[in-house]
Amino acid sequence: MPILTKEAAQALLKKVLAYSKADECEVTLFGGDSGNVRYARNEVSTSGANSRNMLVVNSAFGKKLGTATINEFDDASLEKVVRRAEELARLAPENPEYMPILGPQQFVEPSAQYNENTAAVDPAYRADAVAKSLAITKQNKLVAAGYLENNVAFSAIMNSKGLFAYNSSTNINFSITVRSEDGTGSGYASKSYNDVRKLDAGKETSIAAQKASGSRGAKAIEPGKYTVILEPAASIVLIEQLIGNMDARSAEEGRSFLSKAGGKTKLGDKLMDDQVTIYSDPWHPDMPTAYWNNDGRPQEKTTWIDKGVVKNMYYSRYWAQKDNVKAIPSPDAFIMEGGTASLEELIKSTEKGILVTRLWYIRPVDPQTLLFTGLTRDGTFYIENGVIKHPVKNFRFNESPVIMLNNVEALGRPERAVSGESNQSAILPPMKLRDFTFTSLSDAI
Amino acid sequence: MKRKDFIQLSAMGLGALVLPNFSAFGTPVDPSRFLNDGLDVKIKKQLADVALNTARSKGATYADVRIGRYLNQFVVTREARVQNIANAESFGVGIRVIANGCWGFAATNVVTKEAIAKAAERAVAVAKANSRVTTTPVQLAPQKGYGEVSWKTPIVQNAFTIPVKDKVDLLLNVNSIAMTGGANFVNSAILAINEQKYFASTDGSYIDQDIHRLFPTFTVTKIDRGSGKFETRKSLSSPVGMGYEYLTPTADNKVGGIVTRYKDRYDMLEDVKNATADVDQKLKAKSVEPGKYDLVLDPSHLWLTIHESVAHPTELDRVLGYEANYAGTSFLTLDKWKSRNFQFGSKLVNVVADKLQPGSLGAVGYDDEGVQCGKWDLIKDGVLVNYQAIRDQAHIIGLDHSQGCCYAQSWSDVQFQRMPNVSLQPGKEKLSVDDLIKNVEKGIYIIGDGSFSIDQQRYNFQFGGQTFYEIKNGKIAGMLKDVAYQANTQEFWNSCTAIADKSDYRLGGAFNDGKGQPGQSNAVSHGSSTTRFNGVNVINTARKI
Repeated sequence: MPILTKEAAQALLKKVLAYSKADECEVTLFGGDSGNVRYARNEVSTSGANSRNMLVVNSAFGKKLGTATINEFDDASLEKVVRRAEELARLAPENPEYMPILGPQQFVEPSAQYNENTAAVDPAYRADAVAKSLAITKQNKLVAAGYLENNVAFSAIMNSKGLFAYNSSTNINFSITVRSEDGTGSGYASKSYNDVRKLDAGKETSIAAQKASGSRGAKAIEPGKYTVILEPAASIVLIEQLIGNMDARSAEEGRSFLSKAGGKTKLGDKLMDDQVTIYSDPWHPDMPTAYWNNDGRPQEKTTWIDKGVVKNMYYSRYWAQKDNVKAIPSPDAFIMEGGTASLEELIKSTEKGILVTRLWYIRPVDPQTLLFTGLTRDGTFYIENGVIKHPVKNFRFNESPVIMLNNVEALGRPERAVSGESNQSAILPPMKLRDFTFTSLSDAI
Repeated sequence: MKRKDFIQLSAMGLGALVLPNFSAFGTPVDPSRFLNDGLDVKIKKQLADVALNTARSKGATYADVRIGRYLNQFVVTREARVQNIANAESFGVGIRVIANGCWGFAATNVVTKEAIAKAAERAVAVAKANSRVTTTPVQLAPQKGYGEVSWKTPIVQNAFTIPVKDKVDLLLNVNSIAMTGGANFVNSAILAINEQKYFASTDGSYIDQDIHRLFPTFTVTKIDRGSGKFETRKSLSSPVGMGYEYLTPTADNKVGGIVTRYKDRYDMLEDVKNATADVDQKLKAKSVEPGKYDLVLDPSHLWLTIHESVAHPTELDRVLGYEANYAGTSFLTLDKWKSRNFQFGSKLVNVVADKLQPGSLGAVGYDDEGVQCGKWDLIKDGVLVNYQAIRDQAHIIGLDHSQGCCYAQSWSDVQFQRMPNVSLQPGKEKLSVDDLIKNVEKGIYIIGDGSFSIDQQRYNFQFGGQTFYEIKNGKIAGMLKDVAYQANTQEFWNSCTAIADKSDYRLGGAFNDGKGQPGQSNAVSHGSSTTRFNGVNVINTARKI
């Protein structure tokens, strides 16, 4: 089944709802086409193409809910999936947390997530991008390992109370690691866009190649507390953990970094430096995201951290009703404000510090303080008197994004980055932070 | 392991429970449908032949096809509530080909002759497009065709035949014990997996396999309202390559000591009672003094250290650079292996790869490129002697056959090199856990797996755990908290000074060993007996925000 237009999706979902005999019925349809190519050792390794669609039917009798899905779309299959959801709902125990489905919502216009050029990407485009990338690494006697993935997707929701929303999107993701032939240097670059025309695989390969060459002969320096400059591809993996843990229920239950003694939360408390403001905005021109969430709630521009103060947490509809507050959904992506300085200017203003390209293998150590551990990777450099002096060996760190965002020295110009851990995008600045905690050295290159 | 799983779970309020990577495209179905047989094997053979013949006719020099039916069931609860009962079925076909010396892959969820032929054509087209930028053709190790064969996990009781109500009752019982014991929260789940995989290749193999896995698990949370501090304790169960019999323990399956641990079978009701008591002790435990300690590591903990620091660096695809852009490479480079004298660990350290071990997650008859599975040494008397290879890598380490390490998480993903079960062999001399502890002057005894992180070449790692006991002058002196140890892999394994004998040998494991782009999950077990490591660096993880 090809990508469905808004009208085609609406017609199909209406047909599905017509089969419903439940008290409430909500149907979601989503799907897409994706293609990828992977290369390593300066050769293509694996690649593939995939096309999938899915219809999800939620039927409820009172507070008893059943869910069934299907990927066949003839009339008999559509009726079958509705009956199956209803059968499961009758068998299910009552869920005290079940919330009645939403009625029609006031949605703002869809954001510009879909791009025709990205939708047209084919195996030949991908092979050409790889060829461009390999030409650079081969010419420089370096070794490339990279991954290019494009996808075009749509989703639609409709329910028996009249709610309907439709969204379509495209995305292209590219990441590359370039290593020296003797394995003594490694560099990385990554980009994610809705519009394929913004991607320059050659330019990204050149950045990774420069870092690979520049990181050869790294010197060991003692672990400890250092001023660091984190590039956006490095800091994104910690800040996304901060945003991902702002659930109101966990905070109120006492098992989150936002919990306080006595069952209170840190909502409204100043937890970070004045320079820290983080928000989400589905209509941001450089990173449009969906304008509704998966239970049909409108996504709105929302401030999460305002000048260091916890401004909002996100809620399930059940928990928001219990608290009698607005049910703000969790965001699809975040934007952190910054300044106007370039990365080079941040380096120039640094007397002693460490430039970090990428952080890797991020794992929680203590959810109470949001302490995470992980390592630097693919290009770590020592800065002295405003210039990069030499590459340094990689470090393991143990740090909390809360502590880190209390120690902000300066923020640079925000840009869209993609997380090497979650594959999700965010817009955030390069950041200069004091007292970042490195706890040991790694021999890894 | 994949971090993504933790993110999804924290959104579900499940804390540190580990769920496998259920396909988002799995189809929830009525439980009774799980007991239906899939397609008849004769029909699968006909469909497979369509893929193989089409691929060949379009110019493929090799092709394989996997017709997969993947069934997942999970029952998820918290306190007195059932949060979710889901039954998912995913059915489809993945076709992999070599054309112009290059790999191509395509998958479809429409299991008809026409759709399969079209997917085979797409796979060949992808291979041909990529061959423009390929200079070294794929070189496959020879593989004989087995004809029509089959294999099945030797289960006693199919978990899918157990009524959902029985699973719900068990979990709500578990939760009730925790809440009665003073817990503030408890999350529990039972996850069951059945992979019905049919593989066929142009080498002449038609392999039908039926693979079962199970994972019962819980997390108990207690909050000290006065201080606002909270602690958790996870179950000491393990995901297993078994049926529901895993949840029918006898006294023989229990390992006594400071807390009961489990071998081959698991007592969930007993463990949750112990966990609730442990979490109380954890809240009151002394914060660790950082420094060097001798570590005594229980198999319920050590499996994860083996996974990250031994199993991953011996993956040949990492050694060769195929994972350089994501999971990373390996410090166990080919020159170290060729030297035949690279001392990975102390002489006590013997590590085997084993795709046949009964009850393990990695046990299958044949891998996902039609190679019969086996067992081989990775580390012998502390020396690196071998890797984990698949057909297109075998020639690089001078092998004339694959070691059978190819796996794909579903029909829609391309198969590639994944780790087999990798296990530390028990000590050859009779040695108990008490014997290990009594010689420790200043040490920590760690039970259960916790936080984990390791660099991209597998040198530097950091691990937490579930419970930590201080050892002072050969005796357990009480519980510690805020413990994590950091080490260099080679130094750590060379500091191994004692391994308990085979009577203490147990398996741990995970459903969510992650690798590849796009990412795929692999299920794998790691066995060991309790092991001692001397002079390891321990840090204190407590912070204030």
